Amino acid sequence: MIDMNKEVLRVSDLKTYFPVRSRGLIPRTVGHVKAVDGVDLAVGAGETLGLVGESGSGKTTVARSVLMLVRPTSGSIQIEGKEVTRLSQRELVPVRRKAAMIFQDPYNALNPRHTVGGIISAPFRIQGVTPDGGVRRAVQELMERVGLNPEHYNRYPNEFSGGQRQRIGIARAIALRPNLVVCDEPVSALDVSIQAQILNLLRDLQHEFGMSYLFVAHDLAVVRQISHRVAVMYLGHVMETASRQVIYSKPLHPYTHSLLSAVPIPDPARQRERNRILLEGDLPSPINPPSGCVFRTRCFQAQERCAQEIPPLVEVAPGHKVACHFPVASVPKSVVTEHQAHELMPVSGVPLPPAAPDRVLPA
Amino acid sequence: MVGRSIPQIIWGRLRKDRVAMVCLVILAAYYTIAIFGPFVAGFVGIDPYKFDSSAISDLGGKPVLPNGGISWQHPLGVEWGTGRDIFAQLLFGLRISLVISTCATFLTVVFGVFFGIVAGYTGGKTDTILGRFMDLILAFPFLLIVMALSGVLTDRLTALGVPQGNASRILYLILVMSVFGWPYLARIVRGQVLSLREREFVEAALSMGAGRRRILFTEILPNLWAPILVYATLTLPSYIGFEAVLSFLGVGVLPPDVTFGSMLAQSVTYFNVVPLYLFIPGTVLVILVVSFNLLGDALRDALDPKAVH
Ligand SMILES: Nc1ncnc2c1ncn2[C@@H]1O[C@H](COP(=O)(O)OP(=O)(O)O)[C@@H](O)[C@H]1O
Ligand SMILES: [Mg+2]
Repeated sequence: MIDMNKEVLRVSDLKTYFPVRSRGLIPRTVGHVKAVDGVDLAVGAGETLGLVGESGSGKTTVARSVLMLVRPTSGSIQIEGKEVTRLSQRELVPVRRKAAMIFQDPYNALNPRHTVGGIISAPFRIQGVTPDGGVRRAVQELMERVGLNPEHYNRYPNEFSGGQRQRIGIARAIALRPNLVVCDEPVSALDVSIQAQILNLLRDLQHEFGMSYLFVAHDLAVVRQISHRVAVMYLGHVMETASRQVIYSKPLHPYTHSLLSAVPIPDPARQRERNRILLEGDLPSPINPPSGCVFRTRCFQAQERCAQEIPPLVEVAPGHKVACHFPVASVPKSVVTEHQAHELMPVSGVPLPPAAPDRVLPA
Repeated sequence: MVGRSIPQIIWGRLRKDRVAMVCLVILAAYYTIAIFGPFVAGFVGIDPYKFDSSAISDLGGKPVLPNGGISWQHPLGVEWGTGRDIFAQLLFGLRISLVISTCATFLTVVFGVFFGIVAGYTGGKTDTILGRFMDLILAFPFLLIVMALSGVLTDRLTALGVPQGNASRILYLILVMSVFGWPYLARIVRGQVLSLREREFVEAALSMGAGRRRILFTEILPNLWAPILVYATLTLPSYIGFEAVLSFLGVGVLPPDVTFGSMLAQSVTYFNVVPLYLFIPGTVLVILVVSFNLLGDALRDALDPKAVH
């Protein structure tokens, strides 16, 4: 089902900077927020690429750039082989039929003054598409497909729960059967119990329609349930990318190790035994990122060289790329700072969502 | 909360507000009277233009009966000097006042919303230029300009084909009030748009390929009607007052037509003799203006977004 030879999305050396302006009568550009600073990604047909990284690492900016909601500063974005970065807004309109977005905040992503019917039919109206049997019928079928009651066609978003709203957003995104759906933390705002339902829905829809996902999340636990491959991002750079199995079993980048150590394990006994790598300090400012490797200021492996040379993203094994001068197969005992007790267990005792059944991936 | 849209929720809330409902009934009555009153008056033979020499004395034109000549025939009395029926004058005057203030409010809302949305959404140079332009308009001494330009611009309107006399003067009043009034609303709308355009539903529409027109008028505008409605209900009474002031000062509607302003202006002369001349139109005007203001306040409370969600 996954066809890596048919790339739905290819991002090469993407840089998206936001100008920082001085306040005052005559605003001047005094610097740039380097939100995305040289990112390479590829998503194959029918594949889900998970994009993880802590908050502020530039994931949303990648997602928005891919859909040209913000103009990249440089680099290339190809959707189904078509270069989109140089297209005008008008020329982008037909491309937008092929790529859709699901947003993080289900409360903000739906216009409170539009009915559910109006919201889900928007893609048809905007793109001037009339499906067989009419828009209304198509919308009600979509509602049914995503688990909404089609009779609620005329209701307003404020009458729905967060999970149901996210279903509305999903129905809208898949309305025109896009080949690529960019999901920006689609479950982060939802209760844990509802997260699993939404993830299952996304997975089922992918089975049914064969579309690709660029799936953004800030924790590896969520990404684990849905991704075929994972890219780990830090301060505008991709640190490591590999298949899901490899990322979780044989990570090489120190940052990936630290992210993984924060993922709760469903088995409480193993959870208690596990150790946690605590990252020191805060995320550096993307206006003035560290020289060399951007992660070096918080890395247990950091040495002289890390401050001088930017580590390139190199392929260390087929499909496994790492950007690190000193990758580590396992974290040395001396680094592991804190014995992990109860602090990472879900406080309320809510059971964690079941892990995704492992799916056999074609090599 | 089953099947209720936000307008329905707001209506439900407004309906529980007794003051608002009383105001709404009063205003509905005013508009009904203004629309149909003059027709009915024609049928029963009340005419604001008809002189009644039998109601006034031959010498000086003082109404024969006390209290300004109140009688069965003239329930609110007659005008000093002509014997014209005050009740009829109020009916017709109310119509003129409401036409002027309603049209001016409508135009103010159209201009204010349009420029406010454009300035807020476009930003950059357009926003700066529009902002300066609004500052300029607001910096003009309104009353002075309106009075100074009245003659010239009214003639200009007549030259453009508007019927001479009060039709031109009424149109002039509508235009000046809306031209000087829209920047206030435009600023409110601009501020709202600045925050609305950052909302993700705008981004969602963009991601589907929506053009500027759809973003502005289908995505953003429906989220603005709450502040617009409140602003309109508070602006309309101020325009009624303005019209009265301008007519009082002689810039507005001229005899033989009358409005609140000209009736009040007249009444001042006779205040010591017939205070009712001031109190009757004054009371009608105050009830109208206060109802609008109270309704506007009630709407503002009902629309409070903190209470909606
Ligand atoms: N429109 C913008 N203007 C200026 N800075 C921005 C803008 N959007 C994002 N940023 C900055 O870019 C960085 C990355 O943000 P974002 O892409 O939202 O990260 P993430 O989604 O991983 O949390 C942050 O430092 C953020 O402040
Ligand atoms: Mg984000």
